[in-house]
Amino acid sequence: MLKLNVNGQKKTVDVAPDTPLLWVLRDTLSLTGTKYGCGQALCGACTVHLDGQAVRSCVLPVSVAVGKKVTTIEAVDAQKIGKAVQAAWQAIDVVQCGYCQSGQVMSAVALLSANRNPTDADIDAAMAGNVCRCATYQRIRAAIHDAAKALS
Amino acid sequence: MSNNRISNVSRRDFLQGGVGLTLAFVLPELVSAAAGPGKAGVVSQALPAFEPNAFLRIGADSSVTVISKHLEMGQGTYTGLATLVAEELDADWGAVRVEGAPADAKRYNNLLWGPAQGTGGSTAMANCWIQMRTAGATARAMLITAAAGRWNVPAREITINAGRIIHSGNNLSGSFGDFAQEAAKQAVPVDVSLKDPSQFVLIGKTARRKDSFEKINGKAMFTQDIHLPDMLTAVVLHPPRFGAKLVSFDAKKTKAIKGVVAVVQIPQGVAVLAKDTWTAKKGRDALIANWDESNAFKLGSDEIMTRYQALAKTPGAVAKQTGDVQASLTGAVKVIDASFDFPYLAHAAMEPMNCIVQYNNGLCEVWNGEQLHTGDQYALAGLFGIKPEQVRINMLYAGGSFGRRASKDSDYVLEAAHIAKAYGANVPVKLVWLREDDMRAGYYRPMFHHKLQAAIDDQGRLVAWKHRLVGQSIMKGSGFESAFVKDGIDAISVEGAVSLPYKIPNFLVELHTPTDIPVPVLWWRSVGSSHTAYSTEVFFDQVASALNKDPVAFRLELLSEHPRHAAVLKLAAERAGWSAPLSASAFGERRGRGVALHESFNSIVAQIAEVTVRADGSVKVDRVVCAVDCGVAINPDNIRSQMEGGVGFALSSVLYGEITLKEGRVEQGNFDTYLPLRINDMPRVEVHIVKSDAAPTGIGEPGVPPVAPAVANAVAQATGKRVTRLPIRPADLKA
Repeated sequence: MLKLNVNGQKKTVDVAPDTPLLWVLRDTLSLTGTKYGCGQALCGACTVHLDGQAVRSCVLPVSVAVGKKVTTIEAVDAQKIGKAVQAAWQAIDVVQCGYCQSGQVMSAVALLSANRNPTDADIDAAMAGNVCRCATYQRIRAAIHDAAKALS
Repeated sequence: MSNNRISNVSRRDFLQGGVGLTLAFVLPELVSAAAGPGKAGVVSQALPAFEPNAFLRIGADSSVTVISKHLEMGQGTYTGLATLVAEELDADWGAVRVEGAPADAKRYNNLLWGPAQGTGGSTAMANCWIQMRTAGATARAMLITAAAGRWNVPAREITINAGRIIHSGNNLSGSFGDFAQEAAKQAVPVDVSLKDPSQFVLIGKTARRKDSFEKINGKAMFTQDIHLPDMLTAVVLHPPRFGAKLVSFDAKKTKAIKGVVAVVQIPQGVAVLAKDTWTAKKGRDALIANWDESNAFKLGSDEIMTRYQALAKTPGAVAKQTGDVQASLTGAVKVIDASFDFPYLAHAAMEPMNCIVQYNNGLCEVWNGEQLHTGDQYALAGLFGIKPEQVRINMLYAGGSFGRRASKDSDYVLEAAHIAKAYGANVPVKLVWLREDDMRAGYYRPMFHHKLQAAIDDQGRLVAWKHRLVGQSIMKGSGFESAFVKDGIDAISVEGAVSLPYKIPNFLVELHTPTDIPVPVLWWRSVGSSHTAYSTEVFFDQVASALNKDPVAFRLELLSEHPRHAAVLKLAAERAGWSAPLSASAFGERRGRGVALHESFNSIVAQIAEVTVRADGSVKVDRVVCAVDCGVAINPDNIRSQMEGGVGFALSSVLYGEITLKEGRVEQGNFDTYLPLRINDMPRVEVHIVKSDAAPTGIGEPGVPPVAPAVANAVAQATGKRVTRLPIRPADLKA
């Protein structure tokens, strides 16, 4: 039995400690907003926050999350930055298929938490780990700038 | 029996009216079968107050639900179809929601595909343009009739504005919900008129996407996200090579893993069923299998290409012929040659293939990002020995597809069904392909080799064009063969090559279709045009260069019979600043600008790419200017979005993407070996739309084909080197 703090709620899960956090979130806790895309930290679809830092949950053993705060897309709107990012994403219709967008939003929120006024180069560096096969990248850049403006 | 049934004489007349609108009896079971993202068909909903046809429900609360017969896989179809209905209904856009239709080709067939339901070939808007508008206009007329009756005023004095039904003379107004029940009792009008384009309030404007918010708050439901009571998840061990056969397997270690429920053999390999995905994966990875590879395919990509190149030296089946190409080549002052190699490409949608199947006593229920409803219904019916209509499909959002989920062989859907069948218990089985399973499963964009020759006569005119293609047929052996393969020519092998818009008097396209390569191939976003646009537009530039002509001017010279193409090209050139010099490159870098023009899915797109080639030969695409003519721009922002996405998707394959075989084994498995475009490689994309009143044509795919040739033509301008093999090899372009 492992004790987790997910989106501010205490959860107890009965899983092998080496199970990636991704599958615990998705299959055990039914938080399916966090997506599986590659299983090797190559695509970023599984990005969540661990104590506020963006991490790839598909390679993070659940045991590492014990004692830390896990935040997923389902609760990102509890933060001011999360809300601003969602609003910016919606205002210019960033999404297409949408499968990668939970991870994109989580990475964008982590970026803006660390850097309130990112340049294009900052955005490219922070977001290069998040693949979007629909290639919504141009709008992701624009939405991050819009969110930064809204937060300033 | 529901009180929402529409049953009157005019209904029959309406069905015979030939406008393509199918009116449906509203039976409770049909309503609950209407599944869609977010509800997945498992939640029965309250019956609507008014369901005038198969595409629309209006609730007592004035909610407007548009039923989409097409899959939403990112291309904006849910929003586009809802726009058409809402426009003619004069609905409040904010009150409109969209739901996926069930599988039922009688009501939901693709009008361009005859009796089959499915999404593909960029046909959604084109086939729904009149159908969905008529659905909205019909409901509007019935609401107005109902209001006229209650208010005792002439129907012609009633207007509807953003969901409000208004009689301004008597200062009366009401909502859709106020009149829904009465509207349901009205005769269905047989000849509703559609709006004149000057009256549009949503079409041509920017209606925001209906699926935006649920895709950024974790609520949107993809197949991968469905959890059903007692559901088991299956991960499969597949053969190491195409054509390998399972001899035996040892599941001792697998069965020792806590949570593994069963191990079953299926024609596709060995499936491990568990209560969760990770356990199923661990169980699959612990399997030990012996394969008979004696009849498996063992060639590598290089060997396949060598065969194709040899075949290209011999005449192929004639796909298109005008004039006498051979005579022109013989009498030419100058002959220009080129050949091009294209690799296999994986779709690599972000959501790897998956499918949920439950079979119980004559009913098969499916949860899937469903792209070929009717084909999958028939395939599953065949496997279970039931009728196609006994296969119920819940259409979820698809996390990308790019063609992959429209499986001509129902491959992954059947794989899920085989597991459910082999396991036998009446529980839902979710097949999950891990990324590596998805990438190695085949169904690739076929490898192709193209060989081109052009003849220049003594007056410096391009008088002959000879194009020979070699590549596997996608349609051959599929259920679509009879419709697409004629006289040995698979129409989609040569699409784009046979329809060059340029005026060239002698023209010949030939095709070789090797049948001894068992690698499964499939349509990949823009299908044949994904390679034919490249070879034709890069070769055209080569000819222009040989004649010392400007690439845009030379194209325009030969487009005299295609004014729409010419207009698109001119628009792109003007907005890209084609006639002005390109800004200078930094030290050690070379810059270039290139153009390409291509028609696909009845839409015409021109693109102008600006690139920087670094000293090490790597290519950075800085800017792409697109001009597009896709008929009426239903949603201009979605057109921009599809062009931007098309550019990025295509660039993956220009810069990085290839699936290669070595001794028959697929060498790539994940995004570290099959590199996708990332944000740092994304150019600035500018989109300009030609104003048009013509019926709408495709937009999901047409942005893809011109990208690669425009970039290659820019690279040629920057370096003097023609890229004849995709993806671009930086080593070939070193300073």
